[in-house]
Amino acid sequence: MGAAPPAMDAENLLEVEDLAVRFHTDAGTVAALNGVSFTVRPGETLALVGESGSGKSVTSLAIMRLTPPAPGCRVTGRILFRDRQAGTHDLLALPAEQMRALRGSRIAMIFQEPMTSLNPVMTIGDQIAEAIAVHRGTDRTSALASAAELLDLVGIPEPRKRLSSYPHHLSGGMRQRVMIAIALSCDPALLIADEPTTALDVTVQAQILDLLKNLQKTTGMAVVFITHNLGVVAEIADRVMVMYAGRVVEQAATRTLFRAPLMPYTAGLLHSVPRLRIGAGARAKLEAIQGNVPDPMNLPPGCAFAPRCRHVRPGLCDTAAPTLENASPGHRVRCVRWRELAPPMAAA
Amino acid sequence: MSDTTSTTAAIPATATSRRPRNRALARFARHRLALFGLCAIVALVFGCAAGPYLIAYNDLHIDIMHRFALPFSGPHILGTDQLGRDMLARLMMAGRVSLTVGFAAMLLSTVFGTLIGTIAGYFGGIVGTALMRFVDAVLCFPTIFLLLALAAFVQPTLFSITLVIAATAWMEVARVVEAQIRTLRERDFALAAEALGASDAYIMFRELIPNAIAPIVVASTLNVARAILLESYVSFLGYGIQPPTPSWGNMLNNAQEFLVSAPWLAILPGLLITLAVTGFNFLGDGLRDALDPRLDI
Repeated sequence: MGAAPPAMDAENLLEVEDLAVRFHTDAGTVAALNGVSFTVRPGETLALVGESGSGKSVTSLAIMRLTPPAPGCRVTGRILFRDRQAGTHDLLALPAEQMRALRGSRIAMIFQEPMTSLNPVMTIGDQIAEAIAVHRGTDRTSALASAAELLDLVGIPEPRKRLSSYPHHLSGGMRQRVMIAIALSCDPALLIADEPTTALDVTVQAQILDLLKNLQKTTGMAVVFITHNLGVVAEIADRVMVMYAGRVVEQAATRTLFRAPLMPYTAGLLHSVPRLRIGAGARAKLEAIQGNVPDPMNLPPGCAFAPRCRHVRPGLCDTAAPTLENASPGHRVRCVRWRELAPPMAAA
Repeated sequence: MSDTTSTTAAIPATATSRRPRNRALARFARHRLALFGLCAIVALVFGCAAGPYLIAYNDLHIDIMHRFALPFSGPHILGTDQLGRDMLARLMMAGRVSLTVGFAAMLLSTVFGTLIGTIAGYFGGIVGTALMRFVDAVLCFPTIFLLLALAAFVQPTLFSITLVIAATAWMEVARVVEAQIRTLRERDFALAAEALGASDAYIMFRELIPNAIAPIVVASTLNVARAILLESYVSFLGYGIQPPTPSWGNMLNNAQEFLVSAPWLAILPGLLITLAVTGFNFLGDGLRDALDPRLDI
């Protein structure tokens, strides 16, 4: 890059500013993301929460620059990535070649489906070794040796033997461990985990979360964790960003958000988590959020959540889109009524 | 039943062997027809390559005194043709020509077709559409007429015939590969590879094509069979390999006048063509099963 590196808060690893993703289809333009801004600090875990279609995965793909190519899809905004090794870059303005060099080495990603994210006709060892070779250019023997170490690191027994296994020899949990090993192969500064535990059963899920937490402790990488499972969020995240219909609707430290959600949508999400209860109230009806995510091609004029909101006030909520306001330091909310709604919901 | 045998066979293999090729070999060996095809092809290739050195007669030696000798009736094991040339020697020399054309045309058409199909399937969009419409356009020509038209302009030599046959055979490979790559491209592991910073070429050649190898192998073995048949057609019609160099096709051409009086002149090259073509088809089937590690649970 010829120009001076973009200005950026020295303490942030990632700064996303006003990120918008639009898909142009025959039926019209779909705004998958709209004015999304957030930051990630080195070593912290930010959880992105929301229903399907809220824009979580698009956010992660936009950071990786893996969205479909223009003209079908247009990404605007700034994604600043600051890294001791790679320097500061606006990822959206980076030439394709440099972006490719960052992918996998400084920013890594793990996907939701461990069953399909590994190449079925390559051995585990080859897949990890090649990930190393792509960025470090090491020879095959030493790459395979590091691959075995990585498998050991992610808790796969008999790593040497596993190098020659094919993905179909492994269970889902094991495959996700392999995916994590591949993601960690080049010691990334930022790991984007797109629902890495959704496809796994609960016990394996806990193991993988534990593994990620431990690895984060040892490597000091930052994690952007995408999930729709609030239990997982409570387990792993430092901060939470709730998304709805392509916008950030609430952002806070995990503890704050769980104790005192300000946005009715967040409160609804928290209420719709089933709780283990025996005795009185055990059969209490689970509170679901009524309705569905609005059609992204046809968003309501006001607050996107208004049609489903229990606290909606006609004339106020459905006229103008609310802005993201600072409720307290580090706590942002997008709701015009958050001041009046805050106390009762915090008590609930 | 086959399930239980495959699992019991696979368990010791995974526990002791680190070489996955052994398992592929085992899967291949279970395929009887494929083994037959492989044996037939090996026998044909070996026979045609080494055979001419082992027999006393030259394929071009004319012995007018011993025309139309019956097979298994004298010194000429498979008899002689209308000029008294030894049939066995001619069949073997013809086999060299026909098999060479078959293999070379297969290689050319597979490489070219795979390349076109991969690029079209991977990049899609305008590039993909343009390439695939070109494939469709070439497919629209009736093969045999295209072949004859080309052969009329080109001096028929072994090389030019191979080239012309390959030029009419790559489209199917391109189509098969394009469809495969297009679906594989959407699979998660392709995205995962991209997220790892792999280049387009790397994803195409290291990630996607190995996954499409089974249909490519099947298409290309069928292409050998097809190329042998096409060479026979063209030679039969007189535009292919020119006498006195024998090929199975032009031997059939020579034989048609003597179909009643000396049927072996037609039956023998016909049999060899059939043997080679079916052999390659069975082999392709067996390879498809053997090369797919997903079948090995």
